[in-house]
Amino acid sequence: MAGGQERILKRRIASVQSTKKITRAMELIAGSRIVKAQQAVHAAVPYSEHITEVVRDLGATGGGVASPLLTPRPEIRRVAHVVIAADRGQCGAYNSSVIRAAEGSMNEQAELGRDYALIVVGRKAESFFRYRNFNIDHAFTGFSDKPSYEDARAIGQVVTADFLAEKFDMVELIYTRFVSAGSQEVVRRPLVPLEREIMAGGDGKPAESEAGTVGASYEFEPAPEAILDALLPRYVEARIFAALLNAAASEHSSRQRAMKAATDNAEELIISLTRIMNRARQDSITTEIMEIVSGAEALQSGGVSRGDVFDTPMSLGDPQ
Amino acid sequence: MPFAVQLVSPERVLYEGDAEMVVCRTTDGEIAFLPGHVPFVGALGVAKVRVILPEKGEIAVAVHGGFVEVSGDHVTILSDVAELPEQVDVVRAQTAKETAAARVAANAEDEEAQAALARAELRLEVAQAA
Repeated sequence: MAGGQERILKRRIASVQSTKKITRAMELIAGSRIVKAQQAVHAAVPYSEHITEVVRDLGATGGGVASPLLTPRPEIRRVAHVVIAADRGQCGAYNSSVIRAAEGSMNEQAELGRDYALIVVGRKAESFFRYRNFNIDHAFTGFSDKPSYEDARAIGQVVTADFLAEKFDMVELIYTRFVSAGSQEVVRRPLVPLEREIMAGGDGKPAESEAGTVGASYEFEPAPEAILDALLPRYVEARIFAALLNAAASEHSSRQRAMKAATDNAEELIISLTRIMNRARQDSITTEIMEIVSGAEALQSGGVSRGDVFDTPMSLGDPQ
Repeated sequence: MPFAVQLVSPERVLYEGDAEMVVCRTTDGEIAFLPGHVPFVGALGVAKVRVILPEKGEIAVAVHGGFVEVSGDHVTILSDVAELPEQVDVVRAQTAKETAAARVAANAEDEEAQAALARAELRLEVAQAA
């Protein structure tokens, strides 16, 4: 019946309306977290810049410094992938694009006859790969939206320890780089062995060499090799930390965008449903009027006077 | 001539300012830097870093391992874990010290407990110096 249709639509609108409220709230929350996440990305820059500088200073001491973390292996049998995704969904294509990039990379390696190792960050990445029976070496979850340095350290320790134990010969980092609030991109970066180039930039001189200090070379305490041994794991951690922070900022901004789209869609849906509901109500009113009019006409043609119809409504249905 | 000191942790810059002298302890031993020191790179132990300010006073920082880089007119201290006196949770450090001390007493070879004890003691030392 027409009235029933109207009731169903009304219920549907109410439900869309409450969905809209939820997505709006999520949009606002994500929006406020982007700013914080962005600040965290910026705040981490000085440390990674300085640690890179120290690595360069050490590199500048000449070819004498060597570390397994810097030496590419002659034969690469197994490549580890550190995949950084989110713990939660509701963020558009954010998780799936990271996962797709990781799968693509693993396929590429498989074509070269190399095995893969998986280190996943974020519940979504973990459940994806687990469901598809990938071998997950390590999984880290529960901090994708607000990573701390401790988290980066935990991942870094696993990566360096397994690399040094020759469980794999190369490590790739796959995450979403936060370019700006409007644009993020999935990137694949080699993590270990560290690129020789990071060492190449050093000239053995202070960064801002003044007239008096030109040519002065660094003093080291303890020996450069000992510093390097302590430094490189920290450098790996700093790189992972930067990736985690970028991923978190990207996650929030993807979520904000996805939730804004959801809110807009809900709004549109409400408008069109309201229109359909109004038409349904109008239809039912029109039908009722038609029924009354035709009923009245039928009575009239049946010989009942106008007065009888309206003065004694109780007798309407009675046969005379 | 004072020089610039920067204390940087992975999460943020903890302290930035001028200093007359910086005293810290590398894994080899104590070392002090004055302006004009030769370029230097060192690995730091778990120890207190003292930043002596140009106008009287000093800042003590609890540094749990890290690196120091001296280059020209600035000193940069990089540390994963570093705390200024006001950031030290005294109550927590105190309880950590007690539990670690108990573990060391039970097993003198327990290196983890010894490290924990050293960290807790350093925190308390820095907090009390302020």
